[in-house]
Amino acid sequence: MDTALDTPLRFVIHSDFAEGRQVQHAILEEITRHHFGPDATFAIRLALEEALINAIKHGNKFDPNKVVRVEASITPQIAEIIVEDEGTGFQRACVPDPTTDENVERIHGRGVMLIESYMDEVNWQSGGRRIRMVRRNDDAGR
Amino acid sequence: MSESPARLNVTQQKDVSIVEFTENKILDEMNITEIGQALDVIVQSKDRPKLLLDFANVDHLSSAALGMLINVNTKLKQQNGQLRLASIRPQIMEVFVITKLNRLFRISATRAEAFGSFE
Repeated sequence: MDTALDTPLRFVIHSDFAEGRQVQHAILEEITRHHFGPDATFAIRLALEEALINAIKHGNKFDPNKVVRVEASITPQIAEIIVEDEGTGFQRACVPDPTTDENVERIHGRGVMLIESYMDEVNWQSGGRRIRMVRRNDDAGR
Repeated sequence: MSESPARLNVTQQKDVSIVEFTENKILDEMNITEIGQALDVIVQSKDRPKLLLDFANVDHLSSAALGMLINVNTKLKQQNGQLRLASIRPQIMEVFVITKLNRLFRISATRAEAFGSFE
C-alpha cells in the first residue's frame, strides 16, 4: 500500500494554462502511481482539464492577480480533487442543458456536464468558485 | 492544398479533404484554436466542401474541442458541405454519446466507411 505519500497534493497557480498543465501532470502521475484503471484515469484527466479551464478562463478570466488553488487527495481506492478560483462564481442551475435540441449546436457549455458525468461525486461550493470532485478507482484491489 | 499545422495531416482524395489528427490529445485551447483555423481554411476554400476527420490517434479531447467541431460543422452546413467523423475510440465515443453530439455528427467506424458515406 502506498500510504506514506497519501497526504494531499496542494498547488497555488496563476491564471495560466501552462501552470494548469503542470498541476495536471503532477496529479496524473499520482493517479498512475496508485494504479488507477484506464476508465478512472480517463475520467479524472477529463474532469481535471475542464475544472482547470473553468477556473482559469471563466472564473479568474485570466486575471494575473488571481490564483487557482488545487488540492488532490489520492489513495489507491479514491481520488478527491478540489479546484477553487477567485472569480465571481456561478449558479450551477443557470447552466443550460447542452444536450437539448435547442442547445446541442451551442459551442460552449459542456464542461460542467462532462465533469458531472465522469466523476462519481461533484459538489459546487462557495457560490460556484469551488468544485470538489471524487472518482473511485474501479480497478482497486484487482 | 492549404497549409496545415503540424498536428494535422491533410490529404485530398477525390473531392474529399481527409484530416488526420496526429496528436493523441486535443485539449489545449491554443492548439484547438489553431486546428479550428486550419479546418476553416479547408472549408472556406471550396464550394460544397466535403471534410472527413479521422480520430484514430486521439485518446483525449476536451469540451473546447467539441465546441470547435460544432463550429466547423456549422460553417460546413452554411456552405452546403458535409462533415464525417471516423475511427473514434470507444472512450472518446462515450464523450460524444454523453453530450448527444453523436446525433449531430455523422460518425463512421472506419475512414473507408466514412469516405463511402458522402453524398
